[in-house]
Amino acid sequence: MTTTTTPSAKTAPVAQPSASLLERLRVPGAFLLGAVLLIGVAPLALSDFRLNLLAKYLCYAIVAVGVSLAWGRGGLLVLGQGVFFGLGGYAMAMHLKLTDAAATGQTLPDFMQLYGTGDTLPWWWQPFANPLFALAMTVLLPMAVAALLGFFVFRRRVKGAYFAILSQALAAALAIWLVGQQATTGGTNGLTDMRGFFGYDLNDPVNQRMVYFVIAAVLLLLMAAARQLFVSRYGELLVAVRDSEERVRFLGYDPANVKLVAYVVAAGMAGLAGALFVPAVGIISPALIGIVPSIGFVIGAAVGGRASLVGAVLGAIAVAWAQSTLSDAFPAAWTYLQGLLFVLAVGFLPGGLASLASVVRKRRTPTTTTPTPTGGTA
Amino acid sequence: MTVILNQSFTGISIGAVLLLIALGLTLTFGQMGVINMAHGEFIMAGAYTTYVLQKSISGAGVSLLVALPLAFLVAGAMGALLEWLLIRRLYTRPLDTLLVTWGVSLMLQQLARDIFGAPNVQTRAPDLLTGNISVGGITFANNRLFILGLALLCVLGLTLILRLTPLGRRIRAVVQNRDLAEVSGIATERVDRTTFFIGSGLAGVAGVALTLVGPIGPTMGTNYIVDAFLVVVVGGVAQLKGSVITAFALGVLQSVLEYSTTVSVAKVVVLVAIVAFLQWRPQGLYTLRTRSLA
Repeated sequence: MTTTTTPSAKTAPVAQPSASLLERLRVPGAFLLGAVLLIGVAPLALSDFRLNLLAKYLCYAIVAVGVSLAWGRGGLLVLGQGVFFGLGGYAMAMHLKLTDAAATGQTLPDFMQLYGTGDTLPWWWQPFANPLFALAMTVLLPMAVAALLGFFVFRRRVKGAYFAILSQALAAALAIWLVGQQATTGGTNGLTDMRGFFGYDLNDPVNQRMVYFVIAAVLLLLMAAARQLFVSRYGELLVAVRDSEERVRFLGYDPANVKLVAYVVAAGMAGLAGALFVPAVGIISPALIGIVPSIGFVIGAAVGGRASLVGAVLGAIAVAWAQSTLSDAFPAAWTYLQGLLFVLAVGFLPGGLASLASVVRKRRTPTTTTPTPTGGTA
Repeated sequence: MTVILNQSFTGISIGAVLLLIALGLTLTFGQMGVINMAHGEFIMAGAYTTYVLQKSISGAGVSLLVALPLAFLVAGAMGALLEWLLIRRLYTRPLDTLLVTWGVSLMLQQLARDIFGAPNVQTRAPDLLTGNISVGGITFANNRLFILGLALLCVLGLTLILRLTPLGRRIRAVVQNRDLAEVSGIATERVDRTTFFIGSGLAGVAGVALTLVGPIGPTMGTNYIVDAFLVVVVGGVAQLKGSVITAFALGVLQSVLEYSTTVSVAKVVVLVAIVAFLQWRPQGLYTLRTRSLA
């Protein structure tokens, strides 16, 4: 068992060479189990309605993968992920609205005929009629915005709370801007009533199942990619920047670039999640991307465990599930619970539920010190 | 010309509101590095204090005068309680205070909803503060003038406390060098709690002022908190003059932009201006000189 070296072991400085087979199969095994549950078991066990809900939660989980990267590993408290989620969602929704309109022989989406000021499509809507352009924009547009803000912010060493507040202000600004442009963005209502999805009818339950499979596959792929990134040299560097930015700078690296990559990749993931959210849920609106939902993206990761990829993803799914089951039945109780979850998880269990086992273990045997990453320094 | 002057006055009055809100934040953020997202809910507490007082005291003017000190005490007590319960455990993790206090703010909003109901409520302004004064073609709304005066009074009071009293000296010592202050025999924990009391109390006063310009509701704090934080970021921590200049500058910029474009575009442009400004001064307008690398 010692003769076979997996290719990932080479790029993983953290992997112990003497690790047992069981230890080495733990990560791929867990990944396989997750894949079987998501792709194999869930579609058989759940009704169409519940599967659609799960698809929605998985979109939040995709955002959480990025949050785990930027915040958990990089210590960048990203409070504006709603911006990127929204950019991806709107890019997708704009394309779907345009194809819906074209299918019925119209040139303008239905809401523009109601509220619009002119007969012509706004110039910045026009390229989104092209499916390839729209798909590319769902990821590239958020990444470009993140790169622009990140470049200016990180280069001048604006960090910590300042960065968090700026990213949050960006979310507020975008939501307010979208509300203000009623004629071209649908205003408060956002973009709704998508009927077709690249030639398929979205109201057909079979196609909704396909959308679920796409979302589940994207989540699994991104988790695998993030895992590779975490164990790579870059992943080590990112953690180093989080824990001691100055030392990394003295070693000759530029922490600004390291942080920028994490922020931009996380933004791209959020954009992709937003794009997948639109066909699954059928709406994108300012209420889904403002300050409150933006912090909501962080809550799941914080509760599950920001530094642990699986913890962040499961936390996002669990919190989204709890929200939709509890908020309808007991709206008041849910808000208290949400606040309490946040206070307890962040205040008293900074590693999230993922660290519960190691915290308990540490309590029992006080000699072993397993530092729980807090990611609160950068 | 009168349009410009009128718009500038609107800007200054927006700035005065921002200043009132940001003043307490500067204190808590500056001294302790605590990012208190529940600050907006302390504002709400001050506003609801005014509302409750008006129910029991008939005269609007009297109730407003009573509300100012009472709101200070109510919000201040809430702040001190929050500091004692949660924040003092988190001084080594400043970013996490943001998230924890956000959780607290969610709960406080819901509490307000349960006690006072979800719809917004309204208070009556005293007759004296409902009219306008016209000077040379420029119209000054009385309530806006009152808020401006209140904001300046708060700045003056806070400056005097920080400059002249023993408490102020201790606060400044802790801001400048916490460890040195500690070994010099200053009870930094008690200073922290007092600072938090004052900072949160100022939020309560801001809440009383806000009842004069808008409705009172469970989410009123959220509407102001991001703008107030931007004031602190641009102004630089730990210096009142930074907040004063920034609050008025942002207020005027916002109001001029709103006049020439739309509210939503103005928000975006202000944000871009702030990011551009931070290229020039990453630590804000005024900063404490330190030897730290960061």
